[in-house]
Amino acid sequence: MSRYFTEEHEWVEVEGDIATVGITEYAQQQLGDVVFVDVPAEGKQFDKGDEAAVVESVKAASDVYSPVSGTIVEGNDVLADEPALVNTDPEGDGWFFKLELSDASELEGLMDEGAYKKYVKGL
Amino acid sequence: MTTDYIAEMLERIPDKLLPLDAWHRARGGRMVSFAGYQMPVQYEGVMAEHLWTRENAGLFDVSHMGQVLLTGEDPDGALESVVPGEIAKLPVNRMRYSLLLGDEGGILDDLMVTRRERDLYLVVNGACKYDDLAHMRETFPDEVVITLLDERALFALQGPKAAEALASLIPEVADLYFMQAGAFTFEGMSLWISRSGYTGEDGFEISLDCDHAAAFADRLCAIDSVKPIGLGARDSLRLEAGLPLYGHDLDEETSPVEGDLIFAISKRRRAEGGFAGAERVLGELADGAPRKRVGLSVEGRQPVREGAELFLGDRLVGKVTSGGFAPSLGVPIAMAMVTAGVAEIGTALEAEVRGKRIAVTVAAMPFVPHRYHRVNKT
Repeated sequence: MSRYFTEEHEWVEVEGDIATVGITEYAQQQLGDVVFVDVPAEGKQFDKGDEAAVVESVKAASDVYSPVSGTIVEGNDVLADEPALVNTDPEGDGWFFKLELSDASELEGLMDEGAYKKYVKGL
Repeated sequence: MTTDYIAEMLERIPDKLLPLDAWHRARGGRMVSFAGYQMPVQYEGVMAEHLWTRENAGLFDVSHMGQVLLTGEDPDGALESVVPGEIAKLPVNRMRYSLLLGDEGGILDDLMVTRRERDLYLVVNGACKYDDLAHMRETFPDEVVITLLDERALFALQGPKAAEALASLIPEVADLYFMQAGAFTFEGMSLWISRSGYTGEDGFEISLDCDHAAAFADRLCAIDSVKPIGLGARDSLRLEAGLPLYGHDLDEETSPVEGDLIFAISKRRRAEGGFAGAERVLGELADGAPRKRVGLSVEGRQPVREGAELFLGDRLVGKVTSGGFAPSLGVPIAMAMVTAGVAEIGTALEAEVRGKRIAVTVAAMPFVPHRYHRVNKT
């Protein structure tokens, strides 16, 4: 199991050919209080970089992009009733969606935890 | 290829800093660019700060706003030529909300006017203050003196515990009622304090010398019920209170009648006219306006934000002018400008958000009741 990160502050956890996607601790801090999350439905297909989910805080609406290409196997429906999970556990229970990878080589372009930490420090 | 040197130069003009810039940063304020200033948008979080203000007392630094004095010969007459409110009969140390109108009756800014013993004291929006000054200078007789008080800071202390907190430092403020003001001194600082604000709560606005601002803010925040509150919560509080934000809910095209601000058009001025845009404004008072600012309640949890278009079936009937999540209510709310035919409370409409239709209903404002300390209450 390995975890990757994007410059848009998403994390991707890969197990076999299934990737779980969420936003990082840094992203939730920047967003502030999350009040609404719209996750994609099962079966939806995304290319890398497509708008896949919406997260809204008290302050603003933000898109969550699919960090890799694939087909949605599950959206985190719990977020509909408990959007604040994104604030309290962004890199755990506050995950957004799981997708089946269509091109595992795309993962190579993402950052590992060390690189992401460095990236955030430089912001 | 040509270079636009002027645009480049303008882009490089840095934001101005509030007199309390360092104070905000030291308290964890996250600073953002707003109205040409670096302003604290939040400290611990918008939701927590919003709820704190509704239950305790919040200290807002609104020093970016324009504090303007009108003196010289007949400032009342000059001001009445550009606002539809009663100024001539405004008693000393009383204030009122008014609207700076253009010749076509559109709102150039909204403002507070206070009559003081020797002047009229205006508080105007930060983003409009230089335009307001230019407009007044252009339209006022030379004998009216217009002075921008840019050495004064401005605080708002808002919430149900604001009166108790401020009175613990300055007991005399307890005698002020809503929309009354006066001069006070505290430890050698001279303060101009009004019982007013922009949250729907009881509270005060405090004008003081920039050099005293940090010391006074420290004294207030040393009180258990007082915390500094950012712009984010200021916006959600005023939205719940149904108070319009200039540049969003009101603009140069919007008339006072469209803005649902008829209360700001005083009785004598309706009868006499004689203010900029009177023809349009009085005409709309008599015959109705083509559009109206309304509140919207929103179905579901997804906020409907500024710019979202509103539909009745296939017909475009308006636009959301500000919207967001209401922390005190736990639901999304919005304000919109809609055509007059759909402005009645209870009218069901749809807002388009990201290609999706969300059900909204025209709702009465304020969304959260005002709790002002009015004269007729004890």
